[in-house]
Amino acid sequence: MEKEQKNNSPEESKKGKSSKISRRDIIKTLAAVPLLAPMAYGVLKTRKTALKGRDISDVFNLSSANAVYLQPEANGKQIRLGLIGFGIRGRQLMRALGFAEPSYIDTLIEAKKKNPDDTRYDLFKEQDDLNVVINGVCDIFEVYSEAAALTGSNIYREGTGGKFGPAPKRYDTYHELLAADDIDAVVIAAPDHWHGTIAMAAARAGKHVYSEKPMTWTVPETYLLRNTIKETGVVFQLGHQGRQTASYQKAAEICSKDLLGTITLIEVCTNRNTPNGAWVYPIIEGSNPQTIDWTQFEGDPQRIKEYDNYMMSTGLERFMGPEARDQFSLERFFRWRCWWDYSTGLSGDLLTHEFDAVNQILQTGIPHSATSSGGIYYFKDGRTVPDVLQTTFEWPDRDLTMLYSATLASSRNRGKVFMGHDASMEVSDILVLTADRNSDRYAEKIKDGTIPTDQPFFTYVPGQSKVDAVTSATELYFAQRGLLYTYVNGKRYDTTHLHIREWLECIRQGKTPSCNIDRGFEEAMTAHMGTRAYLEGRTMYWDKDKEEIVRGEKV
Amino acid sequence: MENKLSEAQLSWLVILRIFIGWHFLYEGLVKLLNPNWTAATYLMDSKGWFGPLFVRMAGNPGLMNVVDFLNEWALVLIGAGLLLGMFSRLSSIGGMILLLLYTLSHPALIGVNYQMSFEGSYLIIDKNLIELVALGVSFVFPTARLIGIDRFFTRVLPVSCQKFII
Repeated sequence: MEKEQKNNSPEESKKGKSSKISRRDIIKTLAAVPLLAPMAYGVLKTRKTALKGRDISDVFNLSSANAVYLQPEANGKQIRLGLIGFGIRGRQLMRALGFAEPSYIDTLIEAKKKNPDDTRYDLFKEQDDLNVVINGVCDIFEVYSEAAALTGSNIYREGTGGKFGPAPKRYDTYHELLAADDIDAVVIAAPDHWHGTIAMAAARAGKHVYSEKPMTWTVPETYLLRNTIKETGVVFQLGHQGRQTASYQKAAEICSKDLLGTITLIEVCTNRNTPNGAWVYPIIEGSNPQTIDWTQFEGDPQRIKEYDNYMMSTGLERFMGPEARDQFSLERFFRWRCWWDYSTGLSGDLLTHEFDAVNQILQTGIPHSATSSGGIYYFKDGRTVPDVLQTTFEWPDRDLTMLYSATLASSRNRGKVFMGHDASMEVSDILVLTADRNSDRYAEKIKDGTIPTDQPFFTYVPGQSKVDAVTSATELYFAQRGLLYTYVNGKRYDTTHLHIREWLECIRQGKTPSCNIDRGFEEAMTAHMGTRAYLEGRTMYWDKDKEEIVRGEKV
Repeated sequence: MENKLSEAQLSWLVILRIFIGWHFLYEGLVKLLNPNWTAATYLMDSKGWFGPLFVRMAGNPGLMNVVDFLNEWALVLIGAGLLLGMFSRLSSIGGMILLLLYTLSHPALIGVNYQMSFEGSYLIIDKNLIELVALGVSFVFPTARLIGIDRFFTRVLPVSCQKFII
């Protein structure tokens, strides 16, 4: 066929004919050119309707700056760490530091074999080296303590049977670990009732502190810890890794530029629907009174006294126990979050993350008041902490309410929503902004069709979004489904890793971390207000001048 | 070809070429005129054997600038080439390569679901592949040598250069 065509093409057939170009030739040559006219018309029309006016920079003046992180110093000195507590969170923190259990690496390798799209193994192997060494570990459960030592020695990030470095020293008590002079800083991932006590002891021993949230278990220790950290001058970071979420920095810019209008209501939530999510963690094999140091688990006597004092003086005995504190119980050991005797409940465990995000974005500080309600509505397993909780915080001086609403028995997520007069903003790893149909700021753009109100008009994806234009439908579609990852300079990061990195760099560079002791104080007091409001069934107020929680009248 | 193909056959082949050209050209122009357009979102949703490769590409903003530029201009030039019948064989090859890349990124495999789902139901053969095959037809029937600007190039380009270009 090709040959036939060639034989019949003008080039070949001109032999016998004149080489003059005929009008017929010209028409055939340019036959399709007129089609460019409707194409041009179509493109112009499209441009007018779909592309024109996507520019909103006059009413939406967002900077193109990406999130800023404290960058590691070249040739910074190695930091010698101690880890206290190697439960679920302790393991996660160790991974963020670059040390994983060999069995965990095995799982990742297996997962990658089964599904090549599973990149967790590669991400972990590629995770930046933080230039730290684990010199000591402490866990009061032998199995965990042994696992922690093995993990600390996994300096090559290998699976079972791989090459390991020297194992960190195992300590039976945190006191012994804090007395070691080959440890510069400690990571605390013990249960809630131990956070403040260990943090204070560490600071007094001159160790820098990274503590899991919530900062404290009792109100009195909150003041003590703040004083201790300030007096000793150690670098303190509270474990709200949300501080490192790139989109929160942009959310803060959006709010400070008033792009949402006056924000009167913020709704945040927790939704989980699994036993694990409701703190019913597995009982680990090998756990018994011989392998668990129950006396240490019970808590610090001073803290217990503070707790008992508060609970008994306010008639809250029904929330205590029910088992005696000195009675060994595997359930209480592994599922301690279910009992106030060790726990801070939804308030301390999960509300604190939400509050800290709001505090980061709006610098709200401690609220003026807190009101709570809820109950044990689903997990009637003998726990004393509620599985459904609503807490309302008010900042009348800022005309602002924050509503926290949680259930551990439904996974319907309601997001973190900032409601303003001009727009609402849903905050997660990305930001999704929807203009309000009654907005003043955007009224003109809404009227001329540039800004829609039936769907979000702007989506911020860290490192990827244009900041001065309405987000296209496709971008929005993908962004909302969480398909876009957060990258820092083209590399994917885990926020916990970034949060620990910031702490380590602050130690090296003599700076103050983002979730420092003042932010921690605000976090802890806010959570305590929410908890007390629930326990006592009345509104709690914050006396700014005296820095005290004041009890409202019982309703 | 005029001798070998009936007028109806030639007409339909020309229409096929022009339609594909129209489709490419408009796709390219719309992307080109939209400063915010990027293939990153599409590539992030890649599946199949080459999925991870495309997803990695999408995660590299510097590379995406190049990819977007190439994709936009390739669409425009290929579209214009097919529509006007200019370097139509080269355009057909280019178009087939683009469509092959799209297919590799979003193959219509059993049990594979995309965030931005297709509007129909496909098993292996989707519209991209059909368009790819249609461009193969355009390549072996270079109608632009008769109806199109290539008619002019058959006169000026040396025959040795013509095979894969016009």
